[in-house]
Amino acid sequence: MAWTREQIAARAALELRDGEYVNLGIGLPTLIPNHLPPGVEVTLESENGILGTGRYPHEDEVDPDLVNAGKETVTVLPGASFFDSALSFGMIRGGHIDTAVLGAMQVSARGDLANWAVPGKMITGIGGAMDLVHGARRVIVTMAHTAKDGSPKILEECALPLTGKGCVDRIITDLCVLDVTGDGLALVELAPGTTADEVAARTGAKVRAEAAV
Amino acid sequence: MDKVVATTAEAVADVHDGASLAVGGFGVSGVPTVVIHALFDKGVRGLSVVSNNCGAIGTGLAVLLDAGRISRVTGSYIGANKEFARQYLGGEIELELIPQGTLAERLRAGGSGIPAFYTPAGVGTQVADGGLPWRYDGQGGVAVSSPPKEVREFDGTAYVLERAINTDFGLVRAARGDRHGNLVFNKAARNFNPLAAMAGRVTIAEVEELVEPGEIDPDHVHVPGVFVQRVVELTPEQACDKQIEKRTVTEASS
Repeated sequence: MAWTREQIAARAALELRDGEYVNLGIGLPTLIPNHLPPGVEVTLESENGILGTGRYPHEDEVDPDLVNAGKETVTVLPGASFFDSALSFGMIRGGHIDTAVLGAMQVSARGDLANWAVPGKMITGIGGAMDLVHGARRVIVTMAHTAKDGSPKILEECALPLTGKGCVDRIITDLCVLDVTGDGLALVELAPGTTADEVAARTGAKVRAEAAV
Repeated sequence: MDKVVATTAEAVADVHDGASLAVGGFGVSGVPTVVIHALFDKGVRGLSVVSNNCGAIGTGLAVLLDAGRISRVTGSYIGANKEFARQYLGGEIELELIPQGTLAERLRAGGSGIPAFYTPAGVGTQVADGGLPWRYDGQGGVAVSSPPKEVREFDGTAYVLERAINTDFGLVRAARGDRHGNLVFNKAARNFNPLAAMAGRVTIAEVEELVEPGEIDPDHVHVPGVFVQRVVELTPEQACDKQIEKRTVTEASS
């Protein structure tokens, strides 16, 4: 039985260490804070200029001047700070953010990431992803293992325009956890009921399975 | 010293057709909507805009965009804006999409006298390699593509050379400002505003509250007045007219 979105988020939450500064992309990664194990506190960065982003506000706390990078209304936690966009990306590019978790359209066996453009479709934007993938010390991708039509999203080479080259460290999908190593993809962990053969069949690149649990 | 001008119309009186503008704001947060509206009322056209986004939900730069007054946009995220897509694919508007951190740093560099800088963002992508469609020809083809940029290795890592941005005008929105142009922002509404103020040769600040010099503690100034040439005080109605793009709330537990 493959992992659900919530279960992918829960598995990704296990990647975060107490005290880390973390940037979460829009979509599935925003579910991760709900699944942090007891005793693990991380500080969330919103690249529009917040460290210490908190939960969504109660109705009487809603403030148009307080939104996250997904333009959602949020609150801040005690110890939070605000800053301008240049300082924000200074801390991102400067290696001060421990972990970035973001979605992907395609990932290659060498850790290339494609998540912003599809040729022939109107481009909505780049946002902060190209800065984040080279700045954060560890880049984790969370995504469905295959596209809706079943075609693989993990490939020897990305077909879509790249966001960054060789930038992904770990991939967490509904089927498994994969590491990008100097020797290609390595299977780290299987979702319950999933087999290494199934992962191999649904992945467009070679996966080394010997280290999997 | 008194940089206060009486009306937004007066503040934008010398903004000419074809002017370049650096505009603060992220999404619809911290956007100088009142000065933007004054530009709409003035009727200027052919504007070249540098802004993270190009307006949304009918507000901010969307007012100028929808009226066909913008000819070029440098930004990081346009979103699913049908009118922008129509003008862009129809060859009416030019779009230079760049990474968000690169945009922030290009503005900061422009305001800081640094002509260019190296960044890892965009290396190995079309941002560095070139080929991004800047302008379509209106018949499905690309008329102007982004040029390849210089890439150089430092200590074994590749970086791309990005040029600074300076504009004719900077347009910003602040929570408080004084007659010297010192500005203070509220929460995450700061975003690109200090950088737009730095990059603009003439920066116009609309302030929700105008105070006298000395009322802002010098330790609390976010943008020193040297970066601001004109200050316009908003009416209480204008000051509290703020939009929200995605209203997300936590339900109160009963």
